[in-house]
Amino acid sequence: MANTQAMTTSFMGELMTATHNFGTAPVRATGATDAFKAALYLASATMNAATTAYTVTGEVSGTGYSAGGVAVTFATPPTATNSSATAGVAFVTPSASITYTTVTLSTAFDAVLIYNSTQSNKAVSVHTFGSQTITAGTFTLTMPANTTSTALIRLATT
Amino acid sequence: MDDSLLEKKEGFVDNDNEHTTWVEYWHEGELVHRSVHVELKKSVSSVVEAASFN
Repeated sequence: MANTQAMTTSFMGELMTATHNFGTAPVRATGATDAFKAALYLASATMNAATTAYTVTGEVSGTGYSAGGVAVTFATPPTATNSSATAGVAFVTPSASITYTTVTLSTAFDAVLIYNSTQSNKAVSVHTFGSQTITAGTFTLTMPANTTSTALIRLATT
Repeated sequence: MDDSLLEKKEGFVDNDNEHTTWVEYWHEGELVHRSVHVELKKSVSSVVEAASFN
């Protein structure tokens, strides 16, 4: 037997469920899954890795769109999978498409922010796509497959 | 509105990041409907590691 330095894959998966706390933990009323939302942002906005929380600044506005966006469903809990003694990946993907129904968004937008509406609207991730407008129609974001290589949100060791 | 009066336009974009389709309906030169379906292809990922003592 030999030891191998590694971040444990189980730890990465547990980060996604707030199992570990190295600092001051947020107050949780229950152990239930948090609620997440998806807000759309104008192409002129500046959403990126430095974004810490949902903001109305730069968010789209228009007929049929409510500030804050729509709910995101994570029906499948995070998965943590080892690929070797030193590597693994923890991943999670929304279990349904994100849909904005019957909206008019006349100013071009090209990003969606996924954020935790249970925990003070803290930011999770920003995803970009080609610039779009919607006219009395529906905007749908379909998720990639929830696998080790394609899941929407992944933490990995190599 | 009589659907026969509408002109339909469709298109798509496919690249490493997304596969996007869109459909538009025009009436007498005016855009009256535009819907878009974006299929995201790319993950956001972070690489994490445990530091070595040596």
